Amino acid sequence: MVASKSGNKNGNPDTTSDAKEGYAARANHPPAFSKEEELRALRDMLLIRRFEEKAGQLYGMGHIGGFLHLYIGQEAVATGVFMARREQDDVITSYRCHAQELLAGADPKAVMAELTGRAAGVSKGKGGSMHMFHVAGHFWGGHGIVGAQVPLGTGLAFAAKYNGEDRACFTFFGEGAANQGQVYEAFNMAALWKLPVVYVIENNRYAMGTEIHRATAKAEELFMRGAAFGIPGEQVDGMDVRAVKDAAERALQHVLSGKGPFVLEMQTYRYRGHSMSDPAKYRSREEVQKMREERDPIEQVKRRLLEAGWATEDDIKAVDADVRKLVAEAADFATSAEQPPEEELWRDVYAEY
Amino acid sequence: MAVVVRMPALSPTMTEGTLAKWLKTEGETVSPGDIIAEVETDKAVMELETDEEGVLAKILVPEGTANVQVGAPIAVIADEGEEFDLDALLTENGGTAAVSETAPAEEAAQSTPAAEAPAAPAVHIAAPTPADEDDEDAYALNGAPDPARNLSITPPARSDPELPEGTEFVEQTVREALRDAMAEEMRRDERVFLMGEEVGEYQGAYKVSQGLLDEFGPKRVVDTPITEYGFAGLGIGAAFAGLRPIVEFMTFNFAMQAIDAIINSAAKQHYMSGGEVQVPIVFRGPNGAAARVAGQHSQDYSAWYAHIPGLKVVIPYTAADAKGLLKAAIRDPNPVIFLENEILYGHSFPVPQVEDWVLPIGRARIARAGTDVTIVSYGMGMHYAMQAADALEQEGISAEVIDLRSLRPLDMPSVIRSLKKTNRLITVEEAWPACSIGAEICRRVMAEAFDWLDAPVLTVNAKDVVMPYAANLEKMALPSVEEVVAAAKHVLYRD
Repeated sequence: MVASKSGNKNGNPDTTSDAKEGYAARANHPPAFSKEEELRALRDMLLIRRFEEKAGQLYGMGHIGGFLHLYIGQEAVATGVFMARREQDDVITSYRCHAQELLAGADPKAVMAELTGRAAGVSKGKGGSMHMFHVAGHFWGGHGIVGAQVPLGTGLAFAAKYNGEDRACFTFFGEGAANQGQVYEAFNMAALWKLPVVYVIENNRYAMGTEIHRATAKAEELFMRGAAFGIPGEQVDGMDVRAVKDAAERALQHVLSGKGPFVLEMQTYRYRGHSMSDPAKYRSREEVQKMREERDPIEQVKRRLLEAGWATEDDIKAVDADVRKLVAEAADFATSAEQPPEEELWRDVYAEY
Repeated sequence: MAVVVRMPALSPTMTEGTLAKWLKTEGETVSPGDIIAEVETDKAVMELETDEEGVLAKILVPEGTANVQVGAPIAVIADEGEEFDLDALLTENGGTAAVSETAPAEEAAQSTPAAEAPAAPAVHIAAPTPADEDDEDAYALNGAPDPARNLSITPPARSDPELPEGTEFVEQTVREALRDAMAEEMRRDERVFLMGEEVGEYQGAYKVSQGLLDEFGPKRVVDTPITEYGFAGLGIGAAFAGLRPIVEFMTFNFAMQAIDAIINSAAKQHYMSGGEVQVPIVFRGPNGAAARVAGQHSQDYSAWYAHIPGLKVVIPYTAADAKGLLKAAIRDPNPVIFLENEILYGHSFPVPQVEDWVLPIGRARIARAGTDVTIVSYGMGMHYAMQAADALEQEGISAEVIDLRSLRPLDMPSVIRSLKKTNRLITVEEAWPACSIGAEICRRVMAEAFDWLDAPVLTVNAKDVVMPYAANLEKMALPSVEEVVAAAKHVLYRD
């Protein structure tokens, strides 16, 4: 990792010595959250974690099939970005999409029912884990081909600019996707046409089973990936929801000001395998354990809430219990809801006039 | 409350595994996220994580046990100090049999409580449903699916608009007709814009977009970098947001760079989202062989795109069809592949001078009426088909020529109606023979009109080779009028 420098008095990171102007490595001192922000972050992140844990459990019981990519460990990234984004801003991501779907406002019951392939699922049971959308909440999926959502998100930003709308697009992709050619085709057009798009690289250090240094040149500097196009970038502690929100807010201001796109490299970590059938033998149990013990995004928020006296252990347990109840209800619903009717096979291949 | 921990399925195909190791002992506290055991399958060793809070109260399956069925109880987690009745707990949670005796995989799969047994695959044989004498019934409203034929879209009921008496026709090139269609739709709808390589300042690599930049400006006539994958994807994202992009590929040969975006991101999106996302976009440009540009610049992609559910595929021959169908494609809420032909750009045809010339996508056109043999073709293939019909007439053979105009949906009712009249059918296209549109027509005719055939159907195609550069070889590689004439005479047993 790039050596972190202390932040300036605004909490913004300084530029590293070896990076050009406009590029910054992670800040260690993001601005503090208010009590309300800490509580929102706690609840959102707990919802994602408990939802994903339950999904993993349902997979083990045979209720969920196919691929299931869990977000456990990465909760601060989506949560922080959604705290920074305004209601009208678009979001698009890869197949690891349950967190964004929930944060965009989809009903956990309908999301879980999509995982179990039921008619009441968000995509009527026809998309599954990797293809979830919530257009009412400006969330555009849920894309199964590595990197494909990057030009799509750039196109959403193109439409915002074309229509003269006050809207930006947060386009998420992993550090594995960051090596895809189409990402740079999109970067080029976004920079050329000054499109309001924030590229959020979720660097969880493993592209399936490949540790970042085995597949990525300049692996420590993904935030510099836009440099050739003049796109500024910043490296962010993606385990600290405050740092994520702060960086996402500043990136959003940048892209909305007409200066073109921005790259955020979120340094994060997934605790589970790439998908459920991944035994994750490419890393040690100690490495995962160390991350959980020292950097867990939810534990960080809990600790701050307790230290500030904003919540008691019991208060936090109550939030957790509430979220667990919501998730348990979602699981009950998803395992008892009807399968899609046979006619559904033929619906939605084409949109009607 | 005490809960039973069960043997998990760790992949879609796992039915049983070995409980390799317990990482917690009886009496030890566990929290959500703790790894409590290792499970071994024939493929890998997996970790079993718990979501429960409490104490590992009882281990039911000792470590090292093989052939533990998925779903079998392996442990109990309870609250600290909680007492529970193990037998009652297991009974209410279904079954105690933890280990299959001789590891019969089928048995294990059957007794898996949670996994639903997959139904036997339904073998669906397309019902031989010859179209009625009055086959207007075969046309669906709005191109609805036809499960009986295993098709997700069928030709629409709407036929070409009637022209008012005295409608004037003006000779126009296909190039001009395409430009007029785009200009009219851009005037009509602010959301319509054109993007592609050299469409603006250069006025189009083949001059199809001539004058559009002057009229609509750079916001709506967007010159792109030479990055097909990127700008096809960008256009699709813009269509998600409600714009109506026309993406021009300089030729469809270069669209192979973008075919993942076209198929995975555009064609499948509406279905995968359960109807939530629409992708109103047109991908257009010249397709097929031009002249003397060899292997990589001469491919015909008609059958490739016609294969894909979620796409509509249009391939006009005349200028009037090019105009009316491009306007329809731009208004369509689905991704439309619009295949043009470089050689046809300069050909002139009469175009009706009416206010708003829009044709239905999915309806064929009888280009020439006849009684002895039906020639079905499309795009550049029509060039050979029409000349062949003239040549056949010289020999006293009356050929009916059907211009498909759209390949998806495919207007089989028109083909079959003609076949019922002539009882003989050939197809003509510039695409390769294997899995071609001609092959698809044969499939449909076999199922739906076999009894009306007096001879086997013949297909005339490009030769199954890479397009050669040398002039004589190139000519041989493409279909010819002579080949079409010979095929027609063959199905009439007059060769």
